[in-house]
Amino acid sequence: MEDTKPQLLKVTIDGIDVEVEPGTTILQAARKIGPAVSPPAMCYYEPLKGSGGKCRACLVRVAAGSAKDPRPMPKLVASCLTAVQDGMVVENETNPQVIEARNGVVEFLLLNHPLDCPVCDQAGECDLQNFAFDHGKVTTRYEEDRRTFEKQDIGPYIQLHMTRCILCYRCVYTADQITNKRVHGVLGRGDASEIGTYIEKAIDNDFSGNVIDVCPVGALTDKTYRFKNRVWFSKPVDAHRNCPTCSGKVTLWYRGEEVIRVTARKNEWSEVTEFICNTCRFDTKKTSDWTIEGPTKISRSSVISANKYRADAIKPSFGQRLAAAEYKEIPDERDTSQLGIEPLPPERFAKTLPSAMAPEP
Amino acid sequence: MATKILTQYIDVPGIETFDVYRKQGGYTAVEKAIKTMTPEAIVEEVKKAGVRGRGGAGFPMGMKWSFLAKPEGVPRYLVCNADESEPGTFKDHYLMKNLPHLLIEGMIISSFALGANKSFIYVRGELMYVIRILEKAIAEAKAKGFLGKNILGSGYDLELIVQPGGGAYICGEETALLESLEGKRGNPRNKPPFPAVKGLYQCPTVVNNVESLATTSWIVNNGGDAYAAIGIGRSTGTKLISASGHINKPGVYEIDLGVPVEDFIYADEWCGGIRPGHKFKALVAGGSSVPILPANLALTLENGDKRLMTYESLSEGGFKTGTMLGSGGFIVFDETSCIVRNTWNFSRFYHHESCGQCSPCREGTGWMEKVLHRIEYGHGHQQDIDLLVDVASKIEGNTICPLGDAAAWPVASAIRHFRDEFQWHIDNPIEATQPGAVYRGEMALV
Repeated sequence: MEDTKPQLLKVTIDGIDVEVEPGTTILQAARKIGPAVSPPAMCYYEPLKGSGGKCRACLVRVAAGSAKDPRPMPKLVASCLTAVQDGMVVENETNPQVIEARNGVVEFLLLNHPLDCPVCDQAGECDLQNFAFDHGKVTTRYEEDRRTFEKQDIGPYIQLHMTRCILCYRCVYTADQITNKRVHGVLGRGDASEIGTYIEKAIDNDFSGNVIDVCPVGALTDKTYRFKNRVWFSKPVDAHRNCPTCSGKVTLWYRGEEVIRVTARKNEWSEVTEFICNTCRFDTKKTSDWTIEGPTKISRSSVISANKYRADAIKPSFGQRLAAAEYKEIPDERDTSQLGIEPLPPERFAKTLPSAMAPEP
Repeated sequence: MATKILTQYIDVPGIETFDVYRKQGGYTAVEKAIKTMTPEAIVEEVKKAGVRGRGGAGFPMGMKWSFLAKPEGVPRYLVCNADESEPGTFKDHYLMKNLPHLLIEGMIISSFALGANKSFIYVRGELMYVIRILEKAIAEAKAKGFLGKNILGSGYDLELIVQPGGGAYICGEETALLESLEGKRGNPRNKPPFPAVKGLYQCPTVVNNVESLATTSWIVNNGGDAYAAIGIGRSTGTKLISASGHINKPGVYEIDLGVPVEDFIYADEWCGGIRPGHKFKALVAGGSSVPILPANLALTLENGDKRLMTYESLSEGGFKTGTMLGSGGFIVFDETSCIVRNTWNFSRFYHHESCGQCSPCREGTGWMEKVLHRIEYGHGHQQDIDLLVDVASKIEGNTICPLGDAAAWPVASAIRHFRDEFQWHIDNPIEATQPGAVYRGEMALV
């Protein structure tokens, strides 16, 4: 029988082998292995063509270009755009140079990003917050004023906070690729560049709300939901309705009995699986409008899933892991029988560090 | 001693007109190329000549041409990069304004060699009068049958289009230039794919500097071997150097590659020495983005040999003790110039010109500029110097296009070679912020 399937390419990422189809990028190959070796991505968005390459968060080192030409690549490469070759060896978190570059990128992104997570609606589901948590420092070395922008009103549904923008261009690609007419874009140059509509104009089309979902930070937020809730207090539930304009498959965010927000469904990489229309997103917020499918599965470690659905999916924090690694039982030879204290059974220790003792998911 | 390949007839009155240029032997190379040579033969000659890209990167032009993909039924384009915006570089401007026909002749030959029927000259927007000169020259050449349909009866068509840019430095980067030429925002593209495969309108494209393209007519007339005989080693031919700064005779000079740096600065033929009563302190050899060198390292190599004006000799010793020939923007500083202020000025330029697409460059250039500004104006902290080195190292190599490197190198090299001066600014803020105050401590002046 003829081999009709394209030959799979073998790639090694952080010592783990994976076989992928030709044309796959390093980032996609890493995602195939799992979250532990996936480089962070602030601008790359799989559903959007042409996205990626801008934030430089996903830089990796290619230690061997391919089986044919095993020379390493001279510079760190953006894993979201570099296609894999057979026999490629990639170093992600195992290379200190990559970690250094990534720490640098976090620092650069946070230079002008306001540290207002406590009042930002995106907090809890913010890519930059997660990225900074993994790679950021506690203090900043930046002393100057952060840049600010003139406020722009872009319509009744979407709130633009330009100060929080990290210029990932995702919203521009979204408007280009899923709507007929893009009215916003990047104006200006360098660190003065901003998202805007040039002549202040409302972004008004059926799918405009999707820019809120694709925004990795709190630069584009839902005006109907602003300041109403913290994301970790709400419960996401999958639901659908018969919508004439879009697929109608959404996630409803409940607080108590009330639907306080509707968003598109996202996969484990916080990427929208199906874009939804504005009617579903902003105008249908009654439970009676929807057919409920069940609680949303949040597989990625997140504050949203904390203590709700899957305790095992919560990645132990660095501190917990460190504590687990360094934990040693101290031999206590004192005689406590006289004191009436029950000796603590060993499994109680384990219970205090449940996720930490468990092997990494 | 110096061979004049590009500037031989530059002083002839009226050389910018077709008739005078033709009288001096102009357009004979076009006749020779189109009538007697095949495109492959021209590419071969250019390869033999070993011309290295004159725009800054120094990539061999013949090699670039041979990488051009040639799929069937897809047009190919030649784009001339005349968006010369590197601080300290003004050679292309000089060449185009005085010898527009030399560029046009080179463009015709190169387009013929590459099989392009539509070629573009992307000129930076500030040079409106040069654009008018070029357009006039193109109209003249067209009227005489050297451009347009059926050139010299050979059946080869070529249309030459002059496109003014918007005046952005980043549009001198080849992929940003192509984006801008397509009418989009001038953001560099991610590479690969390289323009030779997917360039202008997703078609195979070659982007070359003005000076590189201008050499082709001489190469066609005299042969690639004759060109390769000039210069030293892999640095063949002549190079236009735009000399500026504290020298007696600033200007554009055509030199054979291989002239010692010392001769170039002190010989009367060229720069004519440092201005009277002053001493040579530092040199930026190839436009603002290359590493700055102190006088002693600029003139001699580590082993004591004289440093030569070649791609190899200038980069001898890596970035530790070397620099780059770059675009040939030769800036000389005497002891009255403050390196901190100069570095801040360069940094301000890169901050202003960063396109803002990728984060290290967008945020990092601004940060470096602010820290340098702080040091220059007497508010520096002790840790600022190390901070600058760290920021520069995090920008370098991590960006989409070379602008990030170009912004990081001057800062890193200035600190590498003039750290004392930065330290003096931080230690003596009051003294250092006096008008005209310059560090007078120990340094190698020549």
